[in-house]
Formats: sequence, C-alpha cells, structure tokens
Amino acid sequence: MSGLSRRELLAGTASIALGAAFARSAAARIVSGASPWEPHAGVPPTPVMPGPWQFFNGEEATTIEALVDRLIPPDPKTPGGKDAGCAVYIDRQLAGSYGSSRGLYMRPPFMDGTPEQGSQSPLTPAMRYRRSLAALNKYCRGAYAGKSFAELPDEQKDKVLTGMEKGPIQLEGANAKGFFEMLLSNTREGFFADPVYGGNRDMVGWKMIGFPGARYDYRDWIEKHNQPYPLPPVAIGGRSAGKPS
Amino acid sequence: MSQKLPATDIVIIGLGWTGSILAEALTRTGLNVVALERGPWRDTSTDFPTTYAQDELRYHIRHDLFLRPAQETMTFRNNANQTALPIRTWGSFMPPNGVGGGGVHWNAETWRFLPSDFQLRSHLVQRYGEKFLPEDMTIQDWGVTYEEMEPYYDKFEYLCGTSGKAGNIGGKKQAGGNPFEGPRARDYPTPPQRQPYAPTLFAAAARELGYSPFPQPSGNLSQAYTNPLGVALGPCTYCGFCEWFGCGNYSKASPQTTLLPVLVRRPNFEARTLCEVTRINLDGSGKRATGVTYVDAQGNVWEQPAELVVLCAFQLFNVHLLLLSGIGKPYDPHSGEGVIGRNYSYQVTSSVDAFFDNKNFNPFVASGAIGMCIDEFNGDNFDHGPHGFVGGGYMGAVQTNGRPILGTRVPKGTPDWGAAWKKVVAENYLSSYEAATHGSCYSYRDAYLDLDPTYTDPLGRKLLRINFDFHQNEMKMSAFLTDRLAEIIQKMGPRSIEKNPRKGPYTITKYQTTHTCGGAIMGTDPKTSALNRYLQSWDVPNLFVTGATIFPQNAGYNPTGTVGAFAYWAADAIVNQYLKHPGPLVPS
Repeated sequence: MSGLSRRELLAGTASIALGAAFARSAAARIVSGASPWEPHAGVPPTPVMPGPWQFFNGEEATTIEALVDRLIPPDPKTPGGKDAGCAVYIDRQLAGSYGSSRGLYMRPPFMDGTPEQGSQSPLTPAMRYRRSLAALNKYCRGAYAGKSFAELPDEQKDKVLTGMEKGPIQLEGANAKGFFEMLLSNTREGFFADPVYGGNRDMVGWKMIGFPGARYDYRDWIEKHNQPYPLPPVAIGGRSAGKPS
Repeated sequence: MSQKLPATDIVIIGLGWTGSILAEALTRTGLNVVALERGPWRDTSTDFPTTYAQDELRYHIRHDLFLRPAQETMTFRNNANQTALPIRTWGSFMPPNGVGGGGVHWNAETWRFLPSDFQLRSHLVQRYGEKFLPEDMTIQDWGVTYEEMEPYYDKFEYLCGTSGKAGNIGGKKQAGGNPFEGPRARDYPTPPQRQPYAPTLFAAAARELGYSPFPQPSGNLSQAYTNPLGVALGPCTYCGFCEWFGCGNYSKASPQTTLLPVLVRRPNFEARTLCEVTRINLDGSGKRATGVTYVDAQGNVWEQPAELVVLCAFQLFNVHLLLLSGIGKPYDPHSGEGVIGRNYSYQVTSSVDAFFDNKNFNPFVASGAIGMCIDEFNGDNFDHGPHGFVGGGYMGAVQTNGRPILGTRVPKGTPDWGAAWKKVVAENYLSSYEAATHGSCYSYRDAYLDLDPTYTDPLGRKLLRINFDFHQNEMKMSAFLTDRLAEIIQKMGPRSIEKNPRKGPYTITKYQTTHTCGGAIMGTDPKTSALNRYLQSWDVPNLFVTGATIFPQNAGYNPTGTVGAFAYWAADAIVNQYLKHPGPLVPS
C-alpha cells in the first residue's frame, strides 16, 4: 500500500493525538506551524499518600523499618530512616515502575559478566526485596534463637548488616551484598529525595545538611561567599510537604 | 509492510542540537524539511516547569528524560576476550531522547578545541616523533583547521548567547580569559557568570602557583540575551539543576531556547515525533540514499523518500543506523580496515575531593557551567616529552550542583551507614568540595563499535556493541592532571584531600560523562574515515552525518561547542556547495 497522501497521514495521527491528550507521549504526532502547547501537558509527580503498605506484607514492612532505622539511626537532632519515611518511600517505589524494572532492558539471555558490565540479573527490584527479606529473616531466626531481624537488639542488627555488607553472611536464594547495596542506595534516596515521594518527611534530610530544596533562584546569594543561606528548605509540594495532616 | 509517503526534499534523523541547527539552516533555502524524532516533543513551560523540575530522584536517579534501555541499548565489553553483555540500565553515559536531545539536559559547558587538536597526529609527530605515540594509537587529523572552524564556533556561541571571557581576540591576548585558546574574531556574546566561593578561592590559589585561571564558558547565561534569530533567553538563577534536568527558566541554551520557536513557524518545516528511523534506504547502486524507513509509536511502518538525508541522532545511534543500513565498510579491528565503528573514544575525567574546616561553599548555589578553570595542561599546551604520554585536559572548580542524594561526600574511611555516616555527612555537606579534570581520550585500534551477535532490540535489530577500555596513555595522563589539580586545591587550605585519578578497567556502571565519540569519523582518506571534511559520506554522497560521531578522537574539553560548530560547518557546505552541485564535495 504505497502513495498514502500526507493528508491521510495527518488525519490519522491527529485523531489519535486528540484522544491521547492526557496520556502524553503515547502517539506519534506531526508538529508544524506552531509549538504544540497544551494545558497540563507535562506530568507532575504523583504525591505519595499515607496509608497501607502497597508492596510489603506485614513482616516485610516491620523488617524494612528496622533496617532503614539502623542504616540511618535516629539522633537527638534528626530522626532516623524509619521516622523520615524511608520504608514508605521504598514501599511505593517497589510498587511502581522502579520495582518492576519498567523501561530497562530485560531481554534474555541473562549471563554473568564482569563488575564493569553491570547487573545482569533477570530479577526486578521487587523480586529481589521479596526474596532477600525472607532470606534475611530466615538467616536471623537460625542464627539468633528464632528471632527475626526486627526483634534483634541494635548491636546484633548492626552485626548482621555488617555481615551482609562485608561478609561472611550469605542469604539463601539471594545475594546478601548486592541486596545490602541496593537497600542502602534506596534508603539514602528516601532520606534525601523530595518529600513528595514519601521519604524525607518534613524535609528532615535536607535540614540535617543545610540543603534548601527545590528553590530555583539564588541570584541574591551567588556572591555572598562563605555566608550561610538564610532561608529554610522548600519542597515540590511546598513547605509542609510530607507532614501527614 | 511499509506505506510510502510523498517525497520530501530533506529528511533529518533526530531533532536534537545538530538536527535543529541543520533544519534551521536548510529551511532557509525554501526546500521542504522533515525531521523524524523517536522521542516526544518537549518544551520549557510544559515539560520542565520550575514548580517541579528540581527533582533529583525523578531526573537524575530514575533517568526520566533519557532514552529507555528497553527501547534501545548497547552491549559492552572491555576487550575481545569477554562476551559483550547488554547495558540493562544506564550508568557511564546517558543517551538522550526527545526533541532537543542532549541539549535539554546538558550542563552547558561550551568550549572550543585547541588549534593543534585538529591536526593532532601531524602536530604530535612533528613535535615528538612518530615513536613517541603508542603503537596501537589511531589518532588522525580532522581534515580541517581551527581557522576554518572559527566562524562556525562563533555562530554557535552567538546562537546560544554563551557567557565567557575571551582570552585571544585576533591574536591579541586578553587578560582574564584563556590565554591558550585559538584566536577568536570577537568576545563572547555575554559576560561570564558570577562565581561562588570555591571557584573564587581556586582562582586565587591557581594564580599564586603562576597559572592563568579564567571563567568557564557557560551556556547558562549571565544576563538576558536575544540571539540573531530573535529568540530571547533569560538570566540563569543558579538553581543547580542543569545536567540531567531541563531548564525551566529559559536560561540554558538548548534547541528549545534558541532555535525551535523560529523553526516550527517555517511553513516548509515539519517535525514528526515518536517516529523511530529504522533504516536509511539505498537505491540499487548502493551509492544513493532514497530516504528512510521509520516506525511510529502506533507501530505503523512508513517509508519517507527524500533527496538528501542528514543523520543527526546521538553519537552511538548514528553509528548503529549506518551499520544497520549497510552504509560504509564496517571496521575490522584485526585488519584495521573498514570505517564504520572505527575510532570510538570517550572522555577521561578525574577528581580531587577536599574537606575544609570553617568554610561554607553553599554547593547548591550552582550552575552546570560556572567555575574557574586553567588550561595549562590541556592538549599540547605543555611539553609532554618528560612525561611519556600525550593528551591533557582542563581542570578547575566547577560548581555544578549540591543535590543531596548523589552530591554529598564523606572522607575515605567513614562508614557508609549508621550513626557515624550520618554525623559526618551532615558536617561535610557545606564545607567539602569536588574539583575536576576533564581529559582527552585518544583513539586506539581495539576501541570500536560493531553489531552484537546475540542481543536485539524490540524491533528485532541487532544491538550496537561497544568494545572499549582505557589505555595506559590516558591513565598516565589522568594521574598527571589529578596531581596538578591536587597541588592547586592544597593551596586552598583544606583539612584533607583525596585524589581520584581515572583508572581502568573502564566501567559502564558509573557515570563519567555522556561524551561518547567517533565511530563514523571525518577525515581526508576514505580508507580511514567514513566522512569527508564536509561530513558527507564517502560512500553515499546524499548523506551527511553530524554529532560527536565525526570526532577522530576526543580532546580535553566538553564536546558540544565543537559539535555545534560542525553542524553549522556541514549546513554551510550543503547550502553553498552541495545543493548547487549535488555530488561528492571531495573526490574520493
């Protein structure tokens, strides 16, 4: 079928583009004559709302809260990972596109390579968390008289974490070191990402280091050398984002 | 089965920096131009509004603006003894996607290469002798001179409104600029951006050591500017969300802020987005492109005939499309013959981390291209004789951002987690600093691109395979540059410093730069280059190729200034030579 006219092509794509006005990027389009501005064309982030766990089951949630609270423990000035919302952040990330590796190259064959070639696992982050948390509690119950990770005293929790990070702890059906690294990265993300994603509640991570957040105009401070920035942080959702009301 | 569309005059593949420049220049002739872009349309107010553009998680960690590897990725191996495996998530570099391309999410560091960079092989051989170069190094001259390129650099800088200070106007050195740069016809269009604390301290320390620091040329503008097309940019607000992000403030030079508002109004221009070119079609002789075949987002396959094809996709994808289309002889590393995939190179970066007491650098008051730099150790600005390597780079205190997820740092030996990490990260955020070197990466016989034998994309096409590792020459260079940088940083009075010279093996997992180069290089000999000096294919004269794909090797600078200049150079050759007498512009 050759010789389709330009008009036919235009008509075809225009109708599809109209139907897809709120699902941007869905259909091919022709741009000619003017920039195709349309209201609400961009996709703002969807705020994480308080509520039940979306990915973790009960024991997983208890375990992850205990883990993030040892990776970033509370101190008198700044809450720890749990109260900062890192577990909620990880839960929502795993329930979303990150958890399912959406957009990543997941075609076989899956072969082990060198560290320089990057992860070649067929498992998504959601699958890795599910397996690793179960294996971690199994390990703890075996090594510590039937206690799960969350039930251990802090000193023993840290010993388990160090054993995953640096050896010798092996987890059944999971990669202890690889899981530790993923968990640590995700916990830091939850501590420092915009509160709109469920962590960094009340911008505690930003306040701890002195980062003013999602501001976008520092022209008045560029040449104020060695002077502390005077304004408090702001988030995408405003000043009180992340605080349950 | 494809449906054939009515013919057009010119098809442009990819609507990033070079595609926009070519489209603007070519639509002026009155010819019809169709640009095919596989990503979405993007614009400032709709896609990067300042109400939510400053989102480190979404754009930096989750790669929201980049091509998704599920759509297309590459395989990678360090050497021929390994099996190449797919890059499943981006790491070392970030392939762009969508209208504006990498111009949307660059840091806007806008450099020119040195005059000697363009005659690299002959210059080095003349100064040091053939034997000084490693035996397997395949560096070449570009086939053009800096003097020829100067007006095109000028054109790109005045398109962007680049903020900087000239160091050499017409051969006359200018105080406060880069004394090593090639002569320029006039100063930058706008003055340098203002400098925060750490770059100011760096410049003072560098001067004390006898160097000549100067402000880095920046595409984030120091003041409002209206370019020759009548498109206006606003002053940068130093928000520190440049690389990885779109600028919501119309202050970063990009196709959106410099070209597209004019281009889309031209009646003879049309962009088709979410349309992925799968092949450049050839006639029976194999010496003439008849147009392209593309797939739109709905899965329809179209054939778009055209008289002239300009390949303007990202560096890696240009090479991929040439290989998939059977244009030019694929490079064979064993025989050293063939040109498509030849001379793949990268960039050799390194850093020095410094930890201070009683200093507040406000690292978040930043722009992707502010900073103070020195150029004493770039290119062949210094005598390499005693050092046993060639190449070099600029170095400086470039304050790109203070974003907390990836931008915090702690001294080596600090635990990665727990109470100790938390305390130390809080103590050092405002008072630590990372200074950087930006080094050249020369080309080698065993660094090349070809098609992977195993892995395919969703359309069933073989993935591009990257065969690459750093060589001793580059690692020696990086150690040398990092030592020189550390001496300057030491003068700034830190409590402690840590040197991070680039070491092998090259890893695909850690971000370094998106400056992948080469693979379809320009030159003077069809046996060792895919393109003639006008970026015209030696094999298919109605095909031109742009981007860092054309670099025979990479210099010690960010490439975009040179990529932009060569886009104007090619546009000029097409308009003033090719369209008047279609055919090879250089006899082969």
